[in-house]
Amino acid sequence: MIQDLITIFVGAALINNFVLSYFLGLCPFLGVTNKLQTAFRLGLATTFVMFVTAVCTWLLNTYVLIHAPYLRLISFIVVIASTVQFIELFIKKVSPVLFQALGIFLPLITTNCAILGLAIFATNRDYGLVESIVFALGAGAGFTLALSLLSAIREETELADVPAMARGTALNLIIAGILSLAFMGFAGLFSG
Amino acid sequence: MATVEKDANTELIKGIWRDNPVFVQVLGMCPMLAVTNSAVNALTMGAATLFVLVASSFIVSLLRKVIPKTVRLSCYIIIIATFVTIADFTLQAFVPLVHKELGAFVPLIVANCMILGRQEAFASRNTPKLAVFDALGMALGFMLALLSLGCIREILGSGSLFGFSLFGENFEPWVVMLLPPGGFITLGFLLLFFNWLKFRKEQSGSTVKPPGNNAAEAK
Repeated sequence: MIQDLITIFVGAALINNFVLSYFLGLCPFLGVTNKLQTAFRLGLATTFVMFVTAVCTWLLNTYVLIHAPYLRLISFIVVIASTVQFIELFIKKVSPVLFQALGIFLPLITTNCAILGLAIFATNRDYGLVESIVFALGAGAGFTLALSLLSAIREETELADVPAMARGTALNLIIAGILSLAFMGFAGLFSG
Repeated sequence: MATVEKDANTELIKGIWRDNPVFVQVLGMCPMLAVTNSAVNALTMGAATLFVLVASSFIVSLLRKVIPKTVRLSCYIIIIATFVTIADFTLQAFVPLVHKELGAFVPLIVANCMILGRQEAFASRNTPKLAVFDALGMALGFMLALLSLGCIREILGSGSLFGFSLFGENFEPWVVMLLPPGGFITLGFLLLFFNWLKFRKEQSGSTVKPPGNNAAEAK
């Protein structure tokens, strides 16, 4: 049991990293990775939303959606949007400092496809409650890791001598490609 | 009437070339990279996105005076999710094999920021006719981008196009092109190419311009 959970966690965080091998959550990945600190904080906030979403989708799947499977997508999206809204209010009330630091990135988590992707993957794979939570934490850790790595590299390229037309998204995509190539090295981790 | 038609044409061409959602605005990246390992997958994804974008733009534009400003984003998302569900079930019924390969990425069209972006930026402020033309243009531009990426990756990664072998037996496929890194790097180079085009155009001044630009500037 514990071993299965470790497999799910490492699988979601490293082997099938959401950003670098499923291409989920590319908008924040390319959009907000110019500073290491913001990237890391956004990663943590996203992880938290993933955790709450995983619990909610499991409840929905188990108690509601067996009666109406065609409502799956709509109900997931509504759950995610309201979770983000709720967390926004909660953080604003409990810790205004953190709220200030996260700023606009907090509401933008709603349109992050990594969250919806997580809900859909967890459903397709029939994960139970504990498995869903571990899967969400692993995916969040992987997301944070990918964001932090890219932003650390981008901070370096700011100072490098790059041709003017390669600056911006083109360069970031090629860096992401190389990172993704490196992450493929994790592929054989559990086969042996 | 003539001016309306001209505007409609402008909106259509704008999305395909000048404001191409992928190459110029860098939107909708997730499906862009995830499903372009073969030309057929890219085309199916493009068609599904086209249906969802055009249908939801039309509905949003019709309802633009009914939807209250404060809850507009949730309304758009629910309209989009409805059409995505339809597209998902339709693909499952008619092309089950491709649907299986696209997997979770068909439902993920909901989270394609390009679609929500068009509702917010265009459909909610214009007449249904213009909204449909704008959506068609954007969707065709998106499809063009998907297809070019899909063709490059399929040709280099498996030596075929739409499943037909191109190079014969001796071709050694670049498997990496089918894997995630290939997607990132190919798109990176395509963007480089577009930047280079823009760069060259800026240097040569106003002499060489694609037709889409003239129409837009005449307006």
